[in-house]
Amino acid sequence: MYSYETEVLEQTDNTVFVNVGPSHPAMHGTLRVKLELSGEKIVSVEQEIGYLHTGFEKLGEHHSYNQFITVTDRMNYLSPLNNNIGYAQAVEELMGIVVPRRCQVIRTVLAEMSRIADHIVAVGLMTMDLGAFSSVLWSMIEREKLYDIFEATTGTRLTTSYTRVGGLAFDLPDGFVKRTREIMDTCTDTLGQLRESFVNNRIFLDRTQGVGVISKADALSFGLTGPMARASGVPCDQRTYRPYLIYPELKFEVPIYTEGDSLTRYLIRLDELEQSISMVRQALDLLEPGPINVPNSKYVLPVKKETYNDMESLIHHFKVTMPGSDHGIHPPVGELYSSTEVPNGELGFFIVSDGHHNAYRMRVRSPSFYNYQVLTKILPGHMVSDLVAILGSMNIIAGELDR
Amino acid sequence: MDHPLIRFDASAKAKVLARLQEQRGSELLHTYEEGLALGIDVHGQNILSVLSFLKDDPELGFTGFLDVTAVDYSKYVLPQVERFAVIYILMSPHSGARVKVRAFVAGDPPTIDSATSLYQGAGWGEREAFDFFGIKFVGHPNLKRILMPDDYRDFPLRKEYPLRGRGERADFEVYRAFKD
Repeated sequence: MYSYETEVLEQTDNTVFVNVGPSHPAMHGTLRVKLELSGEKIVSVEQEIGYLHTGFEKLGEHHSYNQFITVTDRMNYLSPLNNNIGYAQAVEELMGIVVPRRCQVIRTVLAEMSRIADHIVAVGLMTMDLGAFSSVLWSMIEREKLYDIFEATTGTRLTTSYTRVGGLAFDLPDGFVKRTREIMDTCTDTLGQLRESFVNNRIFLDRTQGVGVISKADALSFGLTGPMARASGVPCDQRTYRPYLIYPELKFEVPIYTEGDSLTRYLIRLDELEQSISMVRQALDLLEPGPINVPNSKYVLPVKKETYNDMESLIHHFKVTMPGSDHGIHPPVGELYSSTEVPNGELGFFIVSDGHHNAYRMRVRSPSFYNYQVLTKILPGHMVSDLVAILGSMNIIAGELDR
Repeated sequence: MDHPLIRFDASAKAKVLARLQEQRGSELLHTYEEGLALGIDVHGQNILSVLSFLKDDPELGFTGFLDVTAVDYSKYVLPQVERFAVIYILMSPHSGARVKVRAFVAGDPPTIDSATSLYQGAGWGEREAFDFFGIKFVGHPNLKRILMPDDYRDFPLRKEYPLRGRGERADFEVYRAFKD
């Protein structure tokens, strides 16, 4: 086996090494950076990741396609529904399935609601890191309301596992539309509060304006996606780049800033929240009764009533759930990279299929992994306190960083 | 702030392909359409030439980096050129076009030039491919394990590595320290 060269930071007389994390209140999750400081100025940075590594990609080669949905919940644990939807989308594209209209609308509504839940907590946590505690409570209240809906819809608050290959686990509960519309109204109010309290707040501006600037060239070269890339002027958004779900039918704008500092990464999330709220409202109007699953029992479980009363459906039930190379869902031999827009950027699944009921290779291209890498580049020259402002604006989720 | 729905359709793919064939035709093994992306297969030794052309050519402009990963094809149903392939996914930020470049890597240890000089983001992706597959990236500034512990010996995403591991957890330094 190979020996690996370890990078040794050279210590001069005037610098001090400080270790931050992996267990530290300002480091979201299990992030760790080693800082070399001259006074309070950061000279160099070394990032250490992998503290939450759980082998998702190895599991993906051993779980069946539907079992892996439970693993996707645990990637970005602030917006698990987006991961469920992105993964189901990837497998469906590999198999050439198009889900029914109602399923597409439900997925769009839930994807945007989940984006709201993620962004609103991200902006709340960023302000909390910078010393404002009330704002995080406002955003947590909103998220709690959204989580109530998710619980009513999916059965759980966090590990939703709501999608299935070819459809959804179950339909929406009664009163979903009415309750969602109410929450969208209160979300708009909270959004106004968050904007008013910080956009003209001198303390907040001093700590974020011009801090942690990422140039457009760096954003492209480092593979940044999502709000971080769009704050630096890269117009990348999967919802406009490619037609998926019912996004082409919705009217929305993709906010773009060019400054690329912590403040714009905060503002862009507020702007996207506004857009998402409007998209949820539009998509709810398009919700019509209909089937939620593909009418093909080779991919999706038959309705329970039929399973109990019809022999053919019973056979299909077992064929879909049983393990082994003759049973389960079999995509054709081939490979595909498919990506969707999740709150942090582009979540891609690169699936290599050899025709079995589990993937031959399951690559998860998580946005946080590439978004976090840029920290080494932008941090030198800043103060230690800026680390908190920059990291807060990045919204790195350790679950999808380490996978 | 207006963004019309831009799609990388078949004619756009054909354009990119024609430009590639014209300039780097001898280095391409195989090209194909794969979902929304254009797939390109090359030999490992040509990877930097192809990637730098894709990035720097003003007509193509694949300046956006998305992902680098690897696949171990040793137990795959279809025969492949080599056992390991390194996969790069690039995008063109203005048209939304995507290419998937698959470079087959020869040698033991499998060795390929690092793309970090072209795309800085490749740094961690390549470290991950080294960590999980043992692929050596020549010219990488800091090629060491990233997600697995530093004293790990195997490459866990190679096909011969079992799901439940080989019991190396008990040998980790931190666990031994706890026992004593």
